[in-house]
This record gives sequence, structure tokens and C-alpha cells, in this order.
Amino acid sequence: MNLHEYQGKDILASFGVRIQRGIVAKNAQEAVAAAKQLTSETGTSWHVIKAQVHAGGRGKGGGVKLAKNLQEVEQIAGQIIGMNLITPQTSAEGKKVHQVLVAEDVYYPGESETSEFYMSVLLNRSTGRNMIMYSTEGGMDIETVAEQTPHLIFTEEVDPSVGLMPFQARRIAFNLGLEGTAFKEMTKFVSALYTAYVESDSSLFEINPVLKTSDNKIMAVDAKVTIDDNSLFRHKDYKDLRDLREENPIEVEAGALGLNYVDLDGNVGCMVNGAGLAMATMDLIKQAGGEPANFLDVGGTADAARVEAAFKIILKDPNVKAILINIFGGIVRCDRVAQGVIDAYKNMGNINVPIIVRLQGTNADIAKDLIDNSGLDVLSATEFQEAADKVQKVLA
Amino acid sequence: MSVLVNKNSKIIVQGFTGSEGTFHAGQMIEYGTNVVGGVTPGKGGQTHLDRPVFNTVQDAVEQAGADTTIIFVPPAFAADAIMEAADAGIKVIITITEGIPVGDMIKAANYIKNRDCRLIGPNCPGVITPGEAKVGIMPGFVFKKGKVGIVSKSGTLTYEAADQVVKQGLGITTAIGIGGDPIIGTTTKEAVELLINDPETEAVVMIGEIGGQLEADAANWYKASGSKKPIVGFIAGETAPAGRTMGHAGAIVGGSDDTAQAKKKIMRACGIHVVDSPAEIGKKVKEVLG
Repeated sequence: MNLHEYQGKDILASFGVRIQRGIVAKNAQEAVAAAKQLTSETGTSWHVIKAQVHAGGRGKGGGVKLAKNLQEVEQIAGQIIGMNLITPQTSAEGKKVHQVLVAEDVYYPGESETSEFYMSVLLNRSTGRNMIMYSTEGGMDIETVAEQTPHLIFTEEVDPSVGLMPFQARRIAFNLGLEGTAFKEMTKFVSALYTAYVESDSSLFEINPVLKTSDNKIMAVDAKVTIDDNSLFRHKDYKDLRDLREENPIEVEAGALGLNYVDLDGNVGCMVNGAGLAMATMDLIKQAGGEPANFLDVGGTADAARVEAAFKIILKDPNVKAILINIFGGIVRCDRVAQGVIDAYKNMGNINVPIIVRLQGTNADIAKDLIDNSGLDVLSATEFQEAADKVQKVLA
Repeated sequence: MSVLVNKNSKIIVQGFTGSEGTFHAGQMIEYGTNVVGGVTPGKGGQTHLDRPVFNTVQDAVEQAGADTTIIFVPPAFAADAIMEAADAGIKVIITITEGIPVGDMIKAANYIKNRDCRLIGPNCPGVITPGEAKVGIMPGFVFKKGKVGIVSKSGTLTYEAADQVVKQGLGITTAIGIGGDPIIGTTTKEAVELLINDPETEAVVMIGEIGGQLEADAANWYKASGSKKPIVGFIAGETAPAGRTMGHAGAIVGGSDDTAQAKKKIMRACGIHVVDSPAEIGKKVKEVLG
């Protein structure tokens, strides 16, 4: 589950990580009130207005702007809220902005220069351990840093039996070239950040930039936080943080029906049991001359109700020219699935695209007879290649 | 010969009396698997499916001689169940449970690391040695006995591969579902190594998918081993969109070699017979075995 910047920062702050403070606002008036409150609480005279959408590169799309007085706060907030923000990470249409974070200005002048760093916490899949990845090159696209100056990216892996040790936090602060107060602040920041990552059951923290202020404080100016969905049973308070407006509406609807669905751009819909077989089926569609319109795993119980729900989801996509159903019946019997397909088809009444049903496994023969004798415009297959050939035929 | 499980394995079921555990333990027993009992804390002393129920894995080891376990415990308690099995001296821990928090699996993987046991999964279909032991949720009838080993991250795609191999008149020594989670106990490389070293296995089918480095590691190991046993490979997800499951920062660590195309390239360079179509796995196995 991805979070907005302000939600991620709230979680960081709850574990003692210093953050750039801010107040979220849904319209220009709220933004002005938020700015006044921030000024009284923090003394900040300028404010940064930041679009809250689930996409990086917001500044490049005009979604992050500095306001030097309350008129500018009102004007900029009014301009950003409601806009379709287009960034390098969004689609060409962009993402609608529903709210902004009015944040304190932390780049104020002072005794030393400010500097920006990059820091993320994530799982290293090859070792099964968490690691902190960090760089002196903050505020930049980290992929560019990795490509152009890989020697400026450091990693610190954490032994799960002892957690992040003080010497590791010190090594990070040394590698970032810090000394004095800023050095101490950084070790505290890193320790609190790692604790927050583990305790919140996150699967990704990306803080870009981590800022050293002119008075040597270390703080998170941005926060990209992803929570491990599988851990939500023990974080009931995080459940409400999900913003469905940020997600594909068809995927949200499919999720509510217990279907694992990913929307794609192709012309052949598919309905499969099992994630691996679903991906393999997509690949087969491509080889048959089509393009997969979706990934859809119906799971173990492919009964009439689920098949019908899956049909409805797939047919919401107007580009779908054919549907391939590929079920390997193990525990679930193919004849049951076939009957489910037939019942769903009859209930729907108006399916105008050809359907190819490939059922293999338990009672596959009975299932094929059921489909063939149903009188419906449904092609049956038992072998994988046969299904591909039929897809190719209906697309021709 | 076979690997991991056979007719002499003494198998227990953790989460024995729950609905999943009951259904699949019943199927395993029907298949002829040597299920010696199960564990459900608080129900020790009862009998379920004509088998004894124990309170702890330790009791099952001491009283029934259990050496293998299959875990159906719900996600919130599954990591604990894995560690309990390892602590009790179980040698093969097969975890079916899907949806275990990654934070829990980091701890469990670390806990079992220096203990004498092997974890398979989690989020896997299990392991089957046809005619001897089905320790998983796969449909047993698909897997006929033979000389081909299977290693796969996916459930139904494993059944598909086995079905194709069997329809070519061949059969399976052992099929190992290693699971699709970010942290799994037995890697592709380790599973392939077990099968390559199994004298009865004459060829291996290796099925992977996008994400991570497991298939590349297995391919590099295979090349370095100098083994003459053929491997047929398939990677699912050539058409899967990038970045849907992996985080932004994770993509850097993954590097450029975790797409289906890149993995297949490495596998081919290491001498693996890679098929582009999932419909050609069986045919290719027949071809390489001559």
C-alpha cells in the first residue's frame, strides 16, 4: 500500500524521525489557514505547497512551489488543487490533485550551507535482509545517480538478530561527509528511520531528499512510504490511509471481489487460476499475435459467481476483442468451472466477444463436452497450444 | 531415489485441524503419503483423520518420529510455526501459507539459517515425489512417476509443466514448488542442485518468473557445475508491466537482469534449453532426452 507524502511523514514522526513539518489542505482557504498555523508553530515565513499524489517527480510537473506570502499560498494552492499533474512517473493524462501539503520552508540561510542526501530502506531479496541505501547525491533521480556515478551510492545491510548497530549509523554519517552536530543528528536520524521501517512493517522507505539544514538539523523533506499489505492485520490504524482515488478504479473493484487484476493495454482479456500460469497465459497471447488486456488470477475457486465477476471486470475494457479462460483444474474440477462459465455467460446475456475456454486437469473431458454442447459462442480447448491457435484464429 | 520427500518421510501437518489443513491432509493421506499426525496447540491428545494431534512440534517429533512438516497455519502465525518446527529438529519444513509479512519472514529465515533443516516456500504448492509422497496441495494424478525433476515458483504452472511432460510419455522424479514470495527458504539454485545431484533424475524443468536473481543464480551455478544433465527453462512474465510489484528503489538493486528477456538470455548463455512458449515445455523435454 502506497502512502501520500504527508501520511508517510506522520508515520516517520511518530517514531521520532525529524521531518519537514506541514499541514494538509483540500482547498485554497484551508491552505491559507494551514500556512498561518504553521507560521505560529514553527516561525516559518515562507511556505512550500506540495501536491499530494502517488507519483514521483512532482516538482518537474509544477506540483511543488514556494509561496512567499499568504496571497501566494492561496493562489498556488488554488492552482495546484484540481489540476491534472503530469510527471515523469504518471501517464500522459496525469493524476488529479485532491489535496496539497502546506509545509514549512527548511532551506533558510544560516551558519552553514544546506546539503541534500538520498536515503532508502528496503529488502535485499538476495540476502533476505533489510538494507539502508544512501547517497551524497540527494534531490536527484536516484536511477540517474546509479547510472552515472554508482560509486556515490552506499549500502548498509542490517543483521536481523541485532538490528541496526550504532557503528553502522556512524559509518553512514561519515560516508555522507558530516561532522559535529550534523554528524550526531544523522546517526539519530538513521536509527529512528530504521526503527520506523521495521515497526511500521514497511516494504519501502525512500527519503529524497534528506536535508542538512543551515543550522545542522537532519530531516526528511519528502517521504515515499510503502506498507507491506500482508502486515495490515496488525496495523489497523494504517488501513484508513489507503487512498482509492490514487488507484485504477477497475483494479479497486476487482480487488473488492477478491480477484487479483492488473489492467493492461492489449486486446485479449484473460482469466486464469494461479499467478504464474496467468503470466504464462499472457505470454502465450502475445505469441498468438494478440496483446494481453489484463492479468487476472481468479484463485482456487472458479465457480459461476467468480467467473461472472471476472467477465464483468474484463469487459469493462472496451479494447477487449476476445477472452481466453485458462484453468488448470486440480482440486477444483473442470466440469464445475465449465458449468460456471456457461451459467455466467447465460446470466450476462450480452457478451459480444469470442470466448476461448481451455480447461485442463480433473474431468477436463467432461468439461469440454459441456462447453461444446452448450450452444454458446464459446470455443473449447484442452491443450495450451490449441488455446493459442484458437486465439490466433479469432483475432485474424 | 528422489529428493526431499519419499515413502519413508514421517510427515506432520501444522494447522492440522483447520479447514485448509484438514482438506489437504485428507488428500495427502488418500494419495498414500505417510502422514504420522498433526499439530494444533490446545488439541493435543485428540485424534483427527485417524491420526494423533499434538500440542507442539516437539511432541510430534518425540512421540511420532516426525522429520517433515507441512504448514497451513494462517499468515499471522506462520513464521512462528516455521521456527517451532526448526527448533524441534524437523528436517524439511514445507510452508504453503500465502501472505506472511516480509518482516516476519526475515526473522524466520534468520532463525533457521544455522539449523539443520531446509525450508521450502512459503507461498508454494509443496513437494511431490510421485507414487511415494505428496506433501502439498497439487493434484496428485497429474504427476506420474518418471525421470524428470521440476522446480517452479508457481503452483498451476507446475501442474501444467508436469502434465505436458507426462503427455510426452515421460514422468516426474520430484516436483518442487519453491514459492513466489520475496523471501523463500530454498532458492531455484538449491532446488536445481538437489535434482541435478539426484541419480534418478535425467533432466530438470526450471520454471521461473520476473523479479529477483534466483534464475540467473541457478543458471550460473549450472554452467559452473559442468553437469551434462539437460535443463529446460521457461520464464513467465515477458508481457508483464514493469514496476507494478517492485518499488522505485528496489528496481536499482534488481539491476537490469530481472526481466523475463534478461533472465532467458542468461539461462541460454549457461546452456539451458529455454522455451519462449509455455506450451512447449513438454515437447522440449522430450527432445533433449532424445
